[in-house]
Amino acid sequence: MAHRIDRVAAGKPLVFAAALVPLGILAWRIHGNTLGPDPVAQLEHDTGLWALRFLLVTLAITPLRRLTGWSAALRFRRMLGLFAFFYASVHLAVYLVVDLGGFWSQVLTEIAKKPFVTVGFLAWLLMIPLAATSTRSMMRRLGGLWQRLHRLVYVSGALAALHFLWQVKYGKTIAAIEPVVYAGIFAMLMVARLPDWIRRSRQRRAAASGRVAPGRPLVQ
Amino acid sequence: MRRRTDPRIKPSEITPESVYLRRRELLKGLAFAPALLAGCGDTQDPQPAAAVEPELPGKRLAARPGSAFSTTETLTRATDATRYNNYYEFGTDKADPARNSSRFRPQPWSVTVGGKAAVTGTFDLEDILKGHALEERIYRLRCVEAWSMVIPWIGIPLAAVLKRFEPAADARYVAFTTVARPAEMPGLGYPVLDWPYREGLRIDEAMHPLTLLAVGLYGHELPAQNGAPLRLVVPWKYGYKSIKSIVRIDFTEEQPPTSWNQSAPDEYGFYSNVNPAVSHPRWSQATERRIAGGGFSLTGNRLQTLPFNGYAEQVASLYAGMDLVRNH
Repeated sequence: MAHRIDRVAAGKPLVFAAALVPLGILAWRIHGNTLGPDPVAQLEHDTGLWALRFLLVTLAITPLRRLTGWSAALRFRRMLGLFAFFYASVHLAVYLVVDLGGFWSQVLTEIAKKPFVTVGFLAWLLMIPLAATSTRSMMRRLGGLWQRLHRLVYVSGALAALHFLWQVKYGKTIAAIEPVVYAGIFAMLMVARLPDWIRRSRQRRAAASGRVAPGRPLVQ
Repeated sequence: MRRRTDPRIKPSEITPESVYLRRRELLKGLAFAPALLAGCGDTQDPQPAAAVEPELPGKRLAARPGSAFSTTETLTRATDATRYNNYYEFGTDKADPARNSSRFRPQPWSVTVGGKAAVTGTFDLEDILKGHALEERIYRLRCVEAWSMVIPWIGIPLAAVLKRFEPAADARYVAFTTVARPAEMPGLGYPVLDWPYREGLRIDEAMHPLTLLAVGLYGHELPAQNGAPLRLVVPWKYGYKSIKSIVRIDFTEEQPPTSWNQSAPDEYGFYSNVNPAVSHPRWSQATERRIAGGGFSLTGNRLQTLPFNGYAEQVASLYAGMDLVRNH
């Protein structure tokens, strides 16, 4: 059997390296002290933004495949999702250690009492089980449950978009444009899934009523 | 917890005032340094250029230094204090005021004084300032967004100016209005707040010796983004009380409407005294991130916020018996 070059496998290190570029730029800006007058706020903003971007790119893979039929993209989904979790973790770590470092009692009140912090923290929390079960062996072990569990990513995405939107100061309409755009992208990615969801729920209902459902199998 | 037990920084970190005040001469000296250095190998190196900040564009102001109210904490860099501003009339991004204020003309300037006072009318800024000695006050500035700076202001106590207008006995409040010139202030095109910007103080707050009517900072006239040519500095209140580019002063009997309070009364009270015990829906006010000195450090940017921004000793008596949570 001839060895075929697996282009996707070859592309993975490239995507991995590219996904580390934002981190490298931040490290460079810390080193050169070019993060502006309030470097900690800038660091929080940038790491949070990259977490959201990676999450949205991850969520774009399924609609992209439906649209273009390009299924190779699926093989990058786990890596991109893990990078979303990685940047979200850096974001949280900057907030906890660099920004609030030492004022631990305030950490608890902020998470409990500031709605925008609460939803941001929840968004990160929901990503933990997804990252923990992202290995192939966990997929195999969990079977059908895996897919149901990983629907948590939609909740996490919604909370992340809300987290961004909610921190805008009252009246700062212009500052709200960026978070609104991101929330809009998230909404579009959800809408793109609607046809699939509707079809599947029809199949389920058909199966429940005893008729044989045509088309694709129930569990994929 | 750590820093505020002793807010003073190490003496070695402070630029001696004599050096700070002579920095222009030092700069000049630096310009001639290469000529002097030529041929003398053992001459001491001049100060590294990176430590010298670019000069502010405004006219240099002479002011009496060494106020008893001044803090000795590390100063915010002039570059940061003039490029990280909330002045929504020029845009809502922190960098907007410095970027979008080049068309603003602070000269000539006049202020209209009205309401319950014996002397009212429109006065040229020069006439308002005439006869007053400028002094430097190094104050902490605490923004409601939970960051803070340390800024050397130049100005005169507001009380000295207000007394000349002979406020009436029933003048219980002083209201201030910011200029609104849409052609020079692009942010006015957006309905962020109900323009023009308005602020107000109780008369005893306005007359308090800490309350400064500022015309400059860092030894120079105020740049547009910092509220040229005339602004308030009320160091024990959140920054938005320190109204910029004042064109009207009114003595009133009733509490005047104030812009942020009108837009979101739950979030911004009339008094707006810095109070770590009263939380804002988005920002805990228990601590603050200090923008000072410059440079990135992984820790130590955050400080405990003090009641009245550390000026409790001077101003707490103004609010004796008041419920400061309800009257936030």
